[in-house]
Amino acid sequence: MPSRSATATAARTRTEVVPEEVGLTAKDFRGEVKPVWCPGCGDFGVLSATAKALAALQVMPHQVVIVSGIGCSSRLPYFMSTYGVHGVHGRALPIATGLKMARPDLKVFAMGGDGDLMSIGAGHLPHACARNIDITCVLMDNQVYGLTKGQGSPTSPMGHQSKSTPYGMIAKAANPILLALSYGASFVARGYSARPNELANLILEGVRHQGFSFIHVHSPCTEFFNTYDHYDSLVEALPEGWDRSNLPAAIDLALTDERVHLGVFYQEERPVYEVEARQFEKDSQAFDLLSYLQRFA
Amino acid sequence: MLSMRQRPKTLQDNQVRNDFVIRIGGDTAIGGVISTGENFTAAAARLGFHVFTFRSYPSEIKGGHAWFQVRIANRPVLSLGDGVDVLIAFDQEAYETHRGDLNDGAVLIYDSDLVRADDGNFTHYAAPFQRIARQELDFVRGTNVLVLGLMAGLFGLPVTSLEELVRIRYKRRAELVGKNLQALAYGFEYTKQIRKEDKYYLGTSDHIRRLVMSGNDAITAGALHAGCRFFAGYPITPASDILEAMARELPKLGGMCLQSEDEMAALGSCLGASYGGVKAMTATSGPGFSLMTELLGLSSMAEIPVVLVDAQRSGPSTGMPTKLEQSDLFHALYGGHGDFPRIVIAPASVEDCLCRTVYAFNLAEKYQMPVILLSDQSLSHRTQTIEMPDLPHLKVVNRLQPTDGRDGDKYARYALTDTGVSPAGIPGVFPHAYVAPGLEHDEYGHPNLSRQVHEAMTEKRFRKLASVAKETDTPDWAPRYGHPRAEVGIIGWGATEGSILEAVNRALEKGYKVAAIHPRILNPLPETQLRQFIASVRRVLVPEVNYQGQFAHHLAGQLGVQPIRLNKIGGVPFTPGEILEKIEEVMTHA
Repeated sequence: MPSRSATATAARTRTEVVPEEVGLTAKDFRGEVKPVWCPGCGDFGVLSATAKALAALQVMPHQVVIVSGIGCSSRLPYFMSTYGVHGVHGRALPIATGLKMARPDLKVFAMGGDGDLMSIGAGHLPHACARNIDITCVLMDNQVYGLTKGQGSPTSPMGHQSKSTPYGMIAKAANPILLALSYGASFVARGYSARPNELANLILEGVRHQGFSFIHVHSPCTEFFNTYDHYDSLVEALPEGWDRSNLPAAIDLALTDERVHLGVFYQEERPVYEVEARQFEKDSQAFDLLSYLQRFA
Repeated sequence: MLSMRQRPKTLQDNQVRNDFVIRIGGDTAIGGVISTGENFTAAAARLGFHVFTFRSYPSEIKGGHAWFQVRIANRPVLSLGDGVDVLIAFDQEAYETHRGDLNDGAVLIYDSDLVRADDGNFTHYAAPFQRIARQELDFVRGTNVLVLGLMAGLFGLPVTSLEELVRIRYKRRAELVGKNLQALAYGFEYTKQIRKEDKYYLGTSDHIRRLVMSGNDAITAGALHAGCRFFAGYPITPASDILEAMARELPKLGGMCLQSEDEMAALGSCLGASYGGVKAMTATSGPGFSLMTELLGLSSMAEIPVVLVDAQRSGPSTGMPTKLEQSDLFHALYGGHGDFPRIVIAPASVEDCLCRTVYAFNLAEKYQMPVILLSDQSLSHRTQTIEMPDLPHLKVVNRLQPTDGRDGDKYARYALTDTGVSPAGIPGVFPHAYVAPGLEHDEYGHPNLSRQVHEAMTEKRFRKLASVAKETDTPDWAPRYGHPRAEVGIIGWGATEGSILEAVNRALEKGYKVAAIHPRILNPLPETQLRQFIASVRRVLVPEVNYQGQFAHHLAGQLGVQPIRLNKIGGVPFTPGEILEKIEEVMTHA
């Protein structure tokens, strides 16, 4: 591919000949590979919600790329019919960032677990939020390392006993919503995998949002930290008439731990990174080596 | 009194030296140490002289000793030369640091208020430059331009060429142009009052405008020509100027440049862009390269093309950040977990940086794997006169894409083929959706951890490397120089080429039968070229700027040769003399 715009042109040409442009259902977004998750895993709910959201968008599967890290939840791209990258532990956001910058025509997701986004790759989150790049970031939080069979994670509650924390977790649990709000994410929401329809709506809103959207999903692990009963009893909708433009209120709400609120905590309109970065695009020129080199003559 | 505008009449033709090395040293707090050298170099190059520069600077921002060196001649220069012919010492430390490198008959130019130089073996031109600038010109910051005028007068550079340069350099600050021109003229006129006693004089040049660029400049130009439209990097010496140039140039070309939050993000976002079908590059140095290693494996596993520039510096750890070393070779060749192919290219000169970067992209795209471009601090930051590149030799190759799979079978992204290369689908195109997998996978990219699939896929990925070798086992990738029936054969790599070449030429003049081969690709090795070369000589010598003899070790492992090693560390490149000395030693004991 000589340049990004050439790629985009190629993509458009091919798209026009696709017969079924409308009437996509969630099933059309599910791939051939059967999920490897344990029965009852919260990630099934996220998978189904993602497919539903994309069907509601009526976007073609080949115009979507789901980038993930490593862990149980990060297997998700294999179970979709979209493009995807199952990359390196913690690096879903950088890979998604490069892709979205290079190909703003695509719908780009970064999905991963609490290990990916809150631990090994946590250093990327502030920058993705601050740039406000148009990526939908879904944190599938089971508060435990499932794929490595049950060690404590940064979102495990204090005192949580696991194989790696036999005497209880000493560190305070990370608060993903609070972090995303303080990093300057322009769309911050929380969902629950056991409520896939609500979650599908949040993902749909997230994708429609212009800029970086962060969706924290409680997605319990039946095998190593079954929190279904806990969250079933704690989740509730945001307060009546919630003003999603009020950042201090969103932060206050994120700090309460008596209840687990579901919905869009915060949303603002802000310049979008890959749009701002393309301000000269309309005047862009082809590269000519010999004329470029004149500056060194 | 002697006019410096003509060749000094005191010198006979055969005494004039018009190929010599000027070194300028001083504390960076003074300012202008490097720029004095750069300005003199630029003016000389514009007149058609050939230049080759080297700089050494402290890792502190303000303060600390810095030096700049330029070798100037009216014929092509291959290396930074041997020793120093002219030393311009801005302070006592500069004199003390460099006096040991002075050649016989060298010239010392220094500020007589600041430097005490009592060595009687050299020609001294001393004056209170700073005091003159302050008292006579009321412009103490013009000291270095005054010295520039003095240099022009002493070594035969027309003052007009420097005047032009001053006007260009200060065009945004008009109030400084006049002051600087005055300082320049003062320095130049001053030389009329002193008697020239040295033999260094530039004389005539061919007045052909060539390019003067650094290795980093050339890599940037090559990448843009190759179609690189995405760059991500994290600032690190000595690679940052590639990031800066890309940040400036890419938006004008409809491309994107990202200053990433760390080096993992840098390579990660390059892989994202490249997965999206856009050619991508990152540039770093040793510490950043270490951080990128895990993603290098993903690039190879998921077959996502990328070019990674490693401008090597002295390690390990933070090491000596502003000094050169060729000590990341093991990491480039072998770094990372698991078995995975990667291409390693080491350009040998500034000219080479340009064309090899184009080839690096071509190979990355054609064979869908990471290409590591190994430069080093001396090559990244040296400037060198080069000829305009030959465009027909810089053809650009693009990634193989699937023609169309809609009517036939399901698209197999990782189809097993004879060459190992399988057409790569680009997101946005129907119906080639696939997941680029870090997991071992079958032909469709689906996870598959069976032994048979891992074997077949590992072989597929390494088959591509064999395909690369077929294309790169050529004299162009491994040029040979010197005596056709040599006794001693030198195998070098990277930025040492100029010094090796010059040493070989001098050895040939002395009647030694010596040859050299300098492969530009280190993985896969141009095996036939190297085996023929090794078989044609009696002893093999491998000079490299590292402690462990990393290339010698690689050659031993790959080709079974046991070379004589010549290793140097300490942050400065080989001089031709050092290599010549070793050649003579080997010849004597051969």
